[in-house]
Amino acid sequence: MPAIEVENVSRIYRKYLAQHRFKTFKSAILKGDLFKSLKSDEKVVALNNINFKVAKGTTFGVIGENGSGKSTLLKVVAGISKPTTGRVSVHGTVSALIELGAGFHPEITGRENIYINGVMLGLSKEEIDKKFDDIVKFAELEDFIDAPVKTYSSGMYMRLGFSIAINVNPDVLLVDEVLSVGDASFVPRCLERIEEFRRKKKTILFVSHDLTTVEKICDRVAWLKNGEMKALGYPKRVIDQYIQDVKSKKETDFEQKQKEEDIQGDLEPERRENRWGNREIEIKKVRLMDLQGKEKHVYSPSDGMVIEMDFYAKNHKKDFVFGIGIFNSQGVCCYATNTVLEGYKSRSVIGTGKVTCQIKTLNLTNGTYYLDVAAHRQDGLPYDYHRNLYSFMISSDYMDSGVYRPQHSWNFSPDVKMTWKS
Amino acid sequence: MKRLINKFKELYKYRVLIRTLVVRELKARYRGTVLGFVWSFINPLLLLTVYTMVFGFILRPRDPSFNDSPWVYALFLFCGILPWQVWFAASSQESANILIAQGNLIKKMLFPTEILPIVSVTSNFVHFLFGLPILLAFVPLMGKPYTPYLLFLPIVILVQYIFTLGFCFLISSLTVHFRDIKDILTNLLTFWFFSTPIIYPMTFPAVQQHPVLKTFLNLNPMTHIMWGYQNCIFYGELIRWKRLGVTFLLSLILFFVGYYIFDRLRDSFPEEV
Repeated sequence: MPAIEVENVSRIYRKYLAQHRFKTFKSAILKGDLFKSLKSDEKVVALNNINFKVAKGTTFGVIGENGSGKSTLLKVVAGISKPTTGRVSVHGTVSALIELGAGFHPEITGRENIYINGVMLGLSKEEIDKKFDDIVKFAELEDFIDAPVKTYSSGMYMRLGFSIAINVNPDVLLVDEVLSVGDASFVPRCLERIEEFRRKKKTILFVSHDLTTVEKICDRVAWLKNGEMKALGYPKRVIDQYIQDVKSKKETDFEQKQKEEDIQGDLEPERRENRWGNREIEIKKVRLMDLQGKEKHVYSPSDGMVIEMDFYAKNHKKDFVFGIGIFNSQGVCCYATNTVLEGYKSRSVIGTGKVTCQIKTLNLTNGTYYLDVAAHRQDGLPYDYHRNLYSFMISSDYMDSGVYRPQHSWNFSPDVKMTWKS
Repeated sequence: MKRLINKFKELYKYRVLIRTLVVRELKARYRGTVLGFVWSFINPLLLLTVYTMVFGFILRPRDPSFNDSPWVYALFLFCGILPWQVWFAASSQESANILIAQGNLIKKMLFPTEILPIVSVTSNFVHFLFGLPILLAFVPLMGKPYTPYLLFLPIVILVQYIFTLGFCFLISSLTVHFRDIKDILTNLLTFWFFSTPIIYPMTFPAVQQHPVLKTFLNLNPMTHIMWGYQNCIFYGELIRWKRLGVTFLLSLILFFVGYYIFDRLRDSFPEEV
């Protein structure tokens, strides 16, 4: 028998306009629509026809962007909010880690709060007595347990909340992104507890943005987008699909942004502070493309990039240099070069033309980068200098840091045992 | 109906939780004060002092049962003010806010919402119980004898308990949708207080000789509850069975209606508070 069954569940929220708040009791009575006025016309579909089953003893992950309905789903499974249509059934006792320490009363001590919170979560006083020491020890609050909870730091508050909830020892544990606030020593211990839960063959529904953890601990993963279930299946596959989607969304967002900037740029090209020079050679257009010549703004570190500049030289010019520079969001120059530095000597140019610089692999780390392009004289007098006018983004699967990602590989001698994630 | 009965069965299941939360409320209320629990006794005493000063010594109501003594009148006042102010008015005002104040519990935990008004009524009931010995101690001090009719006090208390619960269910659930109720309630309670024979007795000639006023007061369920207290403690008479019985039925109806509306609106609480 599955531990959690979710059948055709939809959750529709009513969208209240600010105006609605001004509707008062009096006006409702006068109009005689006390109950009707409680309803609103506009609806927000937080969950749309969700179906899944979680087998007993397995860990089920839910991923998705903010506002995709993950928390709503968890609340529906926990029974906190009711599905508008559909059916949810959960077999066994449930404990939900939605907000840690939600039921704490600030004025009374940690000790009293443990008892009250325990009762709220369905424990009896005797059970709490038994577990009390464990709870305090796990939360590392031995010295503060008799102080009012209002004096606790947010970390202490959270530790106590987690410690109580996990010690309730339910059959089904629902975890909602609660670990994001813990410090470096507490989070691993929480994960360890969750891992222990898994070993005990308890069922876990795990909502998180931390894809690495989801991949590590979940047996199956569902991906929600705008309230709909986009994919359900093995973690690796679903997470990959999700990452692909996020990347393509980034690409569209980025293009949108660039387009907006371009429009502004066309209106007032001269006013742009980030552009200067006498325009004897004018850079008309700059395009960023992949190696196949398709315009693109979000790259992975192993991708190549082509920077293409269309220019127009009014008069015949003998002395000219084309250059590019790549800057990261902190303004650090990651790489800059020009045609002179690389050994090209200018001979002559006139009219329209095109310069491209092809980068075989970008080898950069995650982040947004800005591009300088310029045409200038050898002594530095600028014809047309574009400062940080173009940008692109590196979206990497790895969380490595630095300004540059040299191509590298790891090798281990046979006595070092390692497995790679895929 | 069946659903309601099942719900009430569930309520019984939550008795430990209710008890725990009531204890929490009581502990938290005076936490950090120097006098602590003593405030539960001092508050009604101070209240009584103010009313005795103003009404007993300055206004001096004349009624045969007061023997022209402000002190006896003070005892009469106390019989009504204690259950009204310390219990009924305090619970109502707290309930108007309790779902919003405890929004975290409703939104973030699987929590039986209906126990919040119950906790509010019950914790104020405990405060009332703390005040009760003081009230009883005043009886011989003011020269009145204890009578066997004191034994009927629990019945009056029960009626008030059910009435207050029903009223608080109604207030607490409606306030979530109409925040205005909080302000309306403050004024309503003042009006209601003076429409109930608390600072004046029902036997006042001005009341008895005015048929409209008399009917109006008789229609107020709190009249009979307060009269019940005055009968048991002050007059030493048998409570008016018929009147109190009707009030009891009315309280039950209010309780069911209040709970029904609360239950109907329950699902909207997590998104509204």
